[in-house]
Amino acid sequence: MIQVENLHKAFGEIRAVDGVSFTARDGEITGLLGPNGAGKTTTLRMLYTLMRPDAGRVLVDGIDSGADPLAVRKRLGVLPDARGLYKHLTARENIEYFARLQGVPANEAARRREALIEVLEMGDFADRRAEGFSQGQRVKTAIARALIHDPKNVTLDEPTNGLDVMATRRMRQFMRDLRAEGRCVLFSSHIMQEVAQLCDRIVVIAKGRVVADESPEALRLHTGESNLEDAFVKIIGSAEGLAA
Amino acid sequence: MNTSLVVFLKEVRENLRDKRTLINALLTGPLIGPLIFVMLMNVIISRQLNQAEAPLELPVIGASNAPNLLEALRQQGFDPQPPVADPIAAVRNRDAAAVLRIPAGFGASWDKGDPVQVEVYYDSSLRDTQQPVTRLRMMLENYSRRTGALRLVARGFSPVLANPVVVDERDQSTPRSRAGSLFSILPYFFVLTVFLGGMYLAIDLTAGERERHSLEPLLVNPVAPWRILLGKIGAICLFSVSSLLICATAFTVAGRFIPTEKLGMDLGLGPGFTLKVLVLMLPLVLLIAALQTLVSAFSKSYREAQTYLGILMLVPVLPSVLLSLMPVKTAGWMYAVPLLGQQVGITELLVGGSVTATQVAVCLLCGFAVAALMLGITARVYGSERLAISA
Repeated sequence: MIQVENLHKAFGEIRAVDGVSFTARDGEITGLLGPNGAGKTTTLRMLYTLMRPDAGRVLVDGIDSGADPLAVRKRLGVLPDARGLYKHLTARENIEYFARLQGVPANEAARRREALIEVLEMGDFADRRAEGFSQGQRVKTAIARALIHDPKNVTLDEPTNGLDVMATRRMRQFMRDLRAEGRCVLFSSHIMQEVAQLCDRIVVIAKGRVVADESPEALRLHTGESNLEDAFVKIIGSAEGLAA
Repeated sequence: MNTSLVVFLKEVRENLRDKRTLINALLTGPLIGPLIFVMLMNVIISRQLNQAEAPLELPVIGASNAPNLLEALRQQGFDPQPPVADPIAAVRNRDAAAVLRIPAGFGASWDKGDPVQVEVYYDSSLRDTQQPVTRLRMMLENYSRRTGALRLVARGFSPVLANPVVVDERDQSTPRSRAGSLFSILPYFFVLTVFLGGMYLAIDLTAGERERHSLEPLLVNPVAPWRILLGKIGAICLFSVSSLLICATAFTVAGRFIPTEKLGMDLGLGPGFTLKVLVLMLPLVLLIAALQTLVSAFSKSYREAQTYLGILMLVPVLPSVLLSLMPVKTAGWMYAVPLLGQQVGITELLVGGSVTATQVAVCLLCGFAVAALMLGITARVYGSERLAISA
């Protein structure tokens, strides 16, 4: 479970995140929806302890990220906005490297790795060097290495960004699988349809603030719009920076 | 497994697969120095030898005015060339290094016993003229002294009367020390090699990783940033030390191709020298790796890092240039200054002087202290949240 409490972060004059709070529960998919530049990535970066919040705190399975960032990172599987691979290493070696950094025992890591390669359908490129991978192959490898330590909580920053239709469909199914395994799945997106389709809970962020935090049904009811997309636009105040 | 070791092994493996890094660190970087050095030394030495041994060929105006003088010069290795019309122009245009002019009245004055004048035209601002002019003047003075002595003898005086002071030169240079002054640039090549050997890695492992968007995922792992830094520094050091080893070995081989024995010089190059150089250079290896990583961490892109490090590369040349321009006496404190200590120590080893255990200890201790400080600063930067974020 991930609890975010009143996070603040400013870069100079710009208040990128201005009091964000929400909770992502185990066995649920929580979507962080907002236009580009709303503060989603910054919120996630504070969540996975790459940035320190100016104020507020993050609890992952009850552990305060400010007090024990390394313990929090062990419990998180993170697909950051940046998902570069090591081009001179094969997909398998890329995954292996992160397994060692996570401190996963060798036989356990090998078992996990092969399982992930299977589930993510990476078999035909797992032993190729990452140089020249397609966007889809890159994202798959990045997800596999992020989940190699079998984390209870999974954080994905725009996981379908740049993927084609088929790859996007598979990615969404993969996230449902993660939920079925009882994990806490938190992902960010600026695509309304994706969030509407997948999420048990939707957190809408605009200009660094949470403007809605409800189930899709509640959101529809609350705004009086039968269409979820119209509901989003109504909440945020404009459709700018969003994608259907 | 220790996470620093994990990072170290991965960086080494990945970069061993990168042809460009390999060529730079293990081929061009360490070998370009010895190659330039051998060529340079061969040119310098053969020029000096040629100038000293070859007959001195200079145009002479009015040679027929003093056949005896010319005969005497010929015996000393002078080869008179046909006269030029304008000696000043010839010297200015570098057609001749110098021109000797013997005036028309030479014979008449000589016979009377009057002092006679010969003129040597040259341009002292041209470096090439120095040696021929000195040789010509020596030849002329020899002839003048001999004739003077003969004249004194003819008048019943001892020639010693004209030379009350006799200078006896006692040159204390040894073949090795003469080699040293010529080879004082050598330590710079070693520093340069360490710099070049690690530079590609240092840029790639921080600025490059950030540019390729793999630094953020790496830092999200449950590993303290300083551990990651340590692994990366280790990989950089491994490459720069390999580079240094190849370079020092290449110099040992290259030493055989430099005709030092013709100049009566002797270089202390050999396996023992290589080993001592390696030990003296170790603190610099660490210091340079940390410094390069620091610069790389501050740079916004790969290119920017390359530019900064290119400028930084000129810094180690300073002690070499300063010491060769102002040959100061080697003092104990110099060993305590990184870069200067290595310069002084390696030069001393090269000329066969002794470097005491205390001097080595001071050099290593101070070098490692500064390196540790630099490492600490770099670790601080590595821990900052701005490091990973590229955009």
